[in-house]
Amino acid sequence: MRIKKHPILGELEPGRIVKVEIDDKPVDAFEGEPIAGALIANGINVFRYTKKHKQPRGIFCAIGLCTDCIMMVDGVAVRTCVTGVREGMKITTMYKT
Amino acid sequence: MKEYELAIVGAGPAGLSAAAEATKAGVREVVVIDEQVKPGGQLIKQTHKFFGGTEHKARMRGIDIASQLARECSSLELRLNTVVWGIFDHTLWLYSNGEVEELESKKILLATGAMENPLAFPGWTLPGVMGAGALQTVVNVWRVLPARKVLMVGSGNIGLIVSYQLMQAGMKVVAVVEALPRIGGYRVHASKVARLGIPILTSHTLKEAKGNNKVEVATVCRVDSNYQPIPGTEQDFETDIICIATGLSPLTELARMSGCEFMYIPELGGHIPVRDENMELTVPGIYVAGDIAGIEEASTAMVQGAIVGLAVAESLGYLSKQKFEQLKQAKLKSQEIFEKGRFESRRVARQKLQERVKSV
Repeated sequence: MRIKKHPILGELEPGRIVKVEIDDKPVDAFEGEPIAGALIANGINVFRYTKKHKQPRGIFCAIGLCTDCIMMVDGVAVRTCVTGVREGMKITTMYKT
Repeated sequence: MKEYELAIVGAGPAGLSAAAEATKAGVREVVVIDEQVKPGGQLIKQTHKFFGGTEHKARMRGIDIASQLARECSSLELRLNTVVWGIFDHTLWLYSNGEVEELESKKILLATGAMENPLAFPGWTLPGVMGAGALQTVVNVWRVLPARKVLMVGSGNIGLIVSYQLMQAGMKVVAVVEALPRIGGYRVHASKVARLGIPILTSHTLKEAKGNNKVEVATVCRVDSNYQPIPGTEQDFETDIICIATGLSPLTELARMSGCEFMYIPELGGHIPVRDENMELTVPGIYVAGDIAGIEEASTAMVQGAIVGLAVAESLGYLSKQKFEQLKQAKLKSQEIFEKGRFESRRVARQKLQERVKSV
């Protein structure tokens, strides 16, 4: 969910809405916003599964340090909290299956 | 290859203050590098007003200080989206958009900041357990509300301020949990939280987080005077998120790589680089400022950054020794006034630091 009105920060300035794909499912995102932000706004809170035990992991630090939000984007592993959304990105959750 | 006079790693309060001060004193060829998309460091999520005097930018909100610092540095070379992954003598190695590049500079300032500490408890890896500052970023910078309910662990200033800001953004803080028998942060912040009806549970700890693929329940219990859980005092809170506000650790990787000496001061976040009173490391020409030099507040980071800016200007011959001392003393004096209102533990830490600095 987006915070549209905020008592200090004011109204949310709407960005350009683009489509990205998360695990083959299309979702709307603002161009340039962190991928992680777009996913959370769309109700997605599991960012990856551990390789061996398949345990879910969410976002921890949100500033590019912990790497818990890492996902495959167009074939490259990126930290989704510091990587901006581009139109048509294909995002895959790691080790889901 | 172009050689810079001053390369600054980190565009937060320390880095930008150093850049502004150095440029004002005449240093040319300054570059500021940051891996984030926006300059300002953690100030860009701080919607609260700062304390202190005008020289500490008091009564200004963190977000506005970030814009002001960015404006002061607007004529400088600012490389965003760029990671500094290595330092070899006076060469920095950068990574951006799939490209690796090296950058040489006469002087280097490491103003890399800090990272939130995790807290280990059963269920600590469940999605929904996150840093308090992380949720502050999600809510105030990304403008996204991930859930409704949150439980805060830690009643230091970050725990208290973030709790208040989450309520402002429309979340419900079910409780603030604190292991100490007293509230950790300033009374003014605690009062604001208490007035909103948020219970602050002192002498309590988080025992466990439970849930299927995400946090659903947080079990909290009382602790005795040795911080051991008291059986039978468990209390369950329904919550979607557990925020951890149990302190920060300095991001010292680049300082380590530089080969400088380290010291251990637990009150300042643990292992921190040894530096002299101008913030220069035991490796000449390399400086630190802000949380990498010991966990403090943004106000301290700005003063330290400014001192580095002046020290670099002096060592490159843009400022006379006398002028430098005069400007530096003014900065230090403003810091002293600020320190008067601080907690005893902070003063002890500062004293330890001063003793070590003198011995360098």
